[in-house]
Amino acid sequence: MQEKVIRKAFRAAFPRTIPILAGFMFLGMAYGIYMNVSGFDFWFPLLMSLTVFAGSMQFVAVGLLLGPFEPLKAFMLTLMINARHLFYGLSMLDKYNVPGLKRYYLIFGMCDETFSINCTADVPPDVDRGWFMFFVTLLNQIYWVVASTIGGLFGSLIQFDTTGLEFVMTALFVVIFLEQWMKEETHYSSLLGLGLSLLCLIIFGGSNFIIPSMCLLLAALMLLKKPLEKAGESN
Amino acid sequence: MTLNQQIITIGMIVLGTVLTRFLPFILFPANRPTPPFIQYLGRVLPPAVIGMLVIYSLKDVNVLGPSRGIPELLAVSIVAGLHFWKRQILLSIAGGTVAYMLLVQFVF
Repeated sequence: MQEKVIRKAFRAAFPRTIPILAGFMFLGMAYGIYMNVSGFDFWFPLLMSLTVFAGSMQFVAVGLLLGPFEPLKAFMLTLMINARHLFYGLSMLDKYNVPGLKRYYLIFGMCDETFSINCTADVPPDVDRGWFMFFVTLLNQIYWVVASTIGGLFGSLIQFDTTGLEFVMTALFVVIFLEQWMKEETHYSSLLGLGLSLLCLIIFGGSNFIIPSMCLLLAALMLLKKPLEKAGESN
Repeated sequence: MTLNQQIITIGMIVLGTVLTRFLPFILFPANRPTPPFIQYLGRVLPPAVIGMLVIYSLKDVNVLGPSRGIPELLAVSIVAGLHFWKRQILLSIAGGTVAYMLLVQFVF
């Protein structure tokens, strides 16, 4: 009963996406409004949320689209801002190895929030993991597309005092970090990720710290391979 | 920019994003054995990347600004406190977010 399997996966996936529904409604609308007041028709945010689906890059793209025509610069900037996806991919090589065309959509739609859910969720054993991850990805993208289109359509007409709602994304990542923390036996990797990123943020600042963080993290994990694997074995 | 130039620019952004998402899966396809070092990275990277995401989501906090990053520090503590206490994912997220909104709207 394929249909039953799919429905079950949907019912397991939807509750996990509720925090993202709240966060994306806010961020997506903010993005759509930003595009609207920058002079773009609603189909621009609609098209970009469908095809790019990477929040921070879409905000940066507004400036690029208003500037001079420099396609190569747009491409290079995208690679730099989205380089963190490379680490998501490396982390998901096994998990995203699911049958069917779903796999390609899972990889295509792997934004920060979707990655963090799919990477850490304990999928119940009687739920199909491929369909579960598919629905997490699909629902998140639907939220984002709908919200950014609404923002693009109604633009500055929308008045709401939601100052601070953006913190829902930070809260989500903190909770996922803590869930992971409570499950793992050793905390080396968690602490390295937190500490080295913070160090790079302090040194390089908010817009430039991701690439140095990734390099430093890679170097640390390379140097610590022996002790980390030993710690992993003794678990 | 003309409309065509805008479409090309968006196309470059799509291409760059898709490339960063697909590259690991293209380099290490499922039907060939993954090099041991990449397998090791696949095992140890996830916790580190989630830690990096926590910092990434706080990157625009200005500790030298008027609120000194205190609302963020308080709200993260509330999320953690709630989570260690009840361990209900939605409760921790909602509690921390509402607390943060109250802090930035009424206190700071």
